[in-house]
Amino acid sequence: MRSQLIKGRNIVKDDWITAELAKAEQIVRMQAGRVVAFKLSGEDYPTNEQVSKTIFPKKGKIILPLKVFILHQEKLRGRLANEEIGIWFSTHEEIHKFIKAIGDLNNFPLIAIHVERFSDGRIFSIGNQLRNKYKFKNELRAFGDILKDQIFFLKRSGFNSYLIREDRDSLDAIKGLDDFSEPYQGASDISNPVWRRIKR
Amino acid sequence: MYKYDHIDQKIVDERVNQYQNQLDRYLNKELSDEEFRPLRLQNGLYIQRHAPMLRVAIPYGLLSSNQLFKLADIADKYDRGYGHFSTRQNIQFNWPKLEDSPNILRALAEVEMHAIQTSGNCIRNITTDQFAGVTHDEIIDPRHIAEILRQWSTFHPEFALLPRKFKIAITGSKKDRALVQCHDIGLEFFTNKNNKMAIKVWVGGGLGRTPMIGSVIKDELQWEHILTYCEAILRVYNLYGRRDNIFKARIKILVKSLGIEAFKKLVEDEWKYIKDGPNTINTEELERVGGYFSEPNYKKNIESNLKDYENEKAFTQWLSKCTNTHKKKGYRAVTFSLKATGNAPGDASSSQMRAVANLSEEYSFGEIRVSHEQNLILADVQEDKLYELWVKAKKHHLITPNIGLLTDIICCPGGDFCSLANAKSIPIAQSIQELFNDMDYLHDIGNLNINISGCMNACGHHHVGHIGILGVDKDGSEWYQVTLGGNQGNFASIGKVIGPSFSAEEMPFIVKKIIEVYLNNRQEEELFIDCVSRIGLEPFKNYIYKESEVSE
Repeated sequence: MRSQLIKGRNIVKDDWITAELAKAEQIVRMQAGRVVAFKLSGEDYPTNEQVSKTIFPKKGKIILPLKVFILHQEKLRGRLANEEIGIWFSTHEEIHKFIKAIGDLNNFPLIAIHVERFSDGRIFSIGNQLRNKYKFKNELRAFGDILKDQIFFLKRSGFNSYLIREDRDSLDAIKGLDDFSEPYQGASDISNPVWRRIKR
Repeated sequence: MYKYDHIDQKIVDERVNQYQNQLDRYLNKELSDEEFRPLRLQNGLYIQRHAPMLRVAIPYGLLSSNQLFKLADIADKYDRGYGHFSTRQNIQFNWPKLEDSPNILRALAEVEMHAIQTSGNCIRNITTDQFAGVTHDEIIDPRHIAEILRQWSTFHPEFALLPRKFKIAITGSKKDRALVQCHDIGLEFFTNKNNKMAIKVWVGGGLGRTPMIGSVIKDELQWEHILTYCEAILRVYNLYGRRDNIFKARIKILVKSLGIEAFKKLVEDEWKYIKDGPNTINTEELERVGGYFSEPNYKKNIESNLKDYENEKAFTQWLSKCTNTHKKKGYRAVTFSLKATGNAPGDASSSQMRAVANLSEEYSFGEIRVSHEQNLILADVQEDKLYELWVKAKKHHLITPNIGLLTDIICCPGGDFCSLANAKSIPIAQSIQELFNDMDYLHDIGNLNINISGCMNACGHHHVGHIGILGVDKDGSEWYQVTLGGNQGNFASIGKVIGPSFSAEEMPFIVKKIIEVYLNNRQEEELFIDCVSRIGLEPFKNYIYKESEVSE
C-alpha cells in the first residue's frame, strides 16, 4: 500500500510512530443546539490522568503528545539527543504555555500538529508562530483531518510534511501543493509578497 | 481602475481549475457534503431554496462596462435574466445550476472577475465609499488601499479557515460612507498633526445577531503597517475566536469578552514579530497600485445648462436626489436607483445592466460603481449632459428620484430566496413602496433610511436603518420587529426595538404611523433621525401601540 505521508514534495515511508493518548471518557457538549466539534484554545485537555496513563514504545522514533513528553522528559534525554523523540499537540493547545517546560524547540527533529476537523484553521497560525516566533527549523508535520485542499495553505504556513487522511489518495493530494504558482502575500514559506519578488 | 497583470490573471485562472477539481470530486462522491461545503462557500456558492446561489465579487464595488456586459450575459445564459446587487457591493445570481458554476467562473475570469472569498469563513470582499475618488474631503482614494488589501487577503494561507466570516471596510474621507464602525476591522484614514496620512483602526464592530459598534484598537497607525497590523489582529482572532458556537464566533464576541485593552495587548504582542517585515507597504507599491486609479481625462470649462430645465419638476427632483457634487467643477456623480416601486430592491435585469454599461461608456468613462445601498453609480458625468442622460435612463426605469428617501429601501433577498431567512423581506419593501407612491410626500418627509433583513444575519443592515425591520419566526409564522434610531456614518448607532412585532399586512401602515409621529413633531427642517434622537421612542410607541389597542 502507498504511504500516506508527503514530505516536501514526495511520498515517503513514515519512519516515526505516533503515540496516541490514553483513551478518556468523551463528554458530548452542546452549544446553540449543536454538538461542539472544536475544543477551545487553552482548554485543559488532555487531562492529567490521560497523560499519566499514556504508554509508548521504549525504542525507536516516536512522536509523543506534548504533555506526555513533559511528564517523562528526564528519562527521555538520551533518546532526545539521539533524535528519536518528536512531539505532537492539538490545535487547541497553546504552545507558549509550555515553552518554559520544554526548552529549545529545535531539540526536536519533528513537531506534529493534530487537526481534528478540516475546518479548524488554527493550525495555520500555529505553523506560522512555530516558524517565525519560535524559529523552529526542523520537520513540521500536519496530521488528522488532512486533505488535498489544505496542503497548499499548510505549506505556506510553514509545514513541510503532511500525513493525508487514510481514506484519501496521497498521490492525488500531492497535486494540491501546486494549486497556485505565484501567491500574492508574503507568508512562512516565501516571506516576500509578490511585488517584492517580481517587477510588476 | 485596476487592471490585472499576468500574476492576477494566473491566480484567477488557477482558482477556476482548483474549483473544477473540487466540484468533480464532489460529484464523484469523493468529497462529502460536509467536506465540499467550506470549499464551495469560499467560492461564493450557497445551496439555496430553489437552486445554488452564486455570489460574484465586485472588489470595492467598482465595475468596468465590459464587466457589467459580461454579468448581463451570465444572467441571461445561466440565470433568469437578472441579478441582485448586495449590501456588500457584490452581485448574486439566484438560479444557476451547480454543474454550470465552473463555466460561470470561466466566463468571469475572461473579464478579470471571480467569486473568490465571497462567502465562507474567510476575509470577504473589502468595501469602501461608493464616491471614492470624486469627493471633496478625501485624504486618500480608499481604492488604492482596498486593492492592496484585496491582493493580500486573496488566498491568505493563514486565514483560509477562520472561526467565522471577516469583513473589512475602508474610508478615505472625513465623512464615512463605508460603515467602518460596523465591520470586523474598519480603517479610517486621517491626516495626523505632522500632516502625514495615518489610520484609526476600529475592531469588533458588526451587525448580525449581536449588533455592536466597534472599538478603536489603534488611534494612529502609520499607513505602511496596515497589512502587518491586520495580520496580527487576524492571527489573534484565528487562534482565540470561538469555534464551538457559530453564534459567538465573530471577532466582536472575542473583543467584548476579553475587553479591548486585553485584546489589544495580544495583538500588539503578535505585531512586534512582524512589524517592519516584508509585508510592510512602501511608497512605491502604494503609487504603483494607485496609478491604476488615476483621474480620467476630465473636460475643462463645462458650461452648465441645468438652468434650462428649472421648470421640469421630474428632472429637478431627480437632480436633487440622485446626483452628488463632484470634486471637479462641471461634473456630478449620478446614482441610478434600483428601488423603483415593484422592483425587488437591488435587482437589475440584464437589459438594465446593458443599458447602464452603455450609458457609462457614453457619459462616464466606462466605469460603474455599486453602493452598499444597492444602487448603481456613474461617478463622472458632465453637468451639461445630465438631462440627456436622464432622458435615456428613463426608458430603463433607472431614474426613480428616491435616493436617500424612504423608498430607497435596503433589503436582503429574504425568505423568497435565502434558506437562512426567517421571513420574506422583498414583499415588505414592495408594500411600503406602494403605500408611499407620492413623490412630493416622499420629498417632504426627506432623508430616511429603511433597512429590512429577513433574519438575524442582518444582510439588510436593519440595525443601522433609521427604521429597521427584522423578520422573525414566531410559532412558524412570519412577524416583523421594528427598530428606530439606527444610523450609519461617523455617528453610527444601533436602533432600539419599539415593542412587539407586527404581521406583514400591518407593516406598511406601521411605517405610515411612524412617519405621522415624525411629521407632527419635527421642527422646521429637522431630519427624521434627528427628530427620533430628540423626542425618543415614547411618542412613537404610544401612538402605534395605543392606537392598535383601540382598533382591536
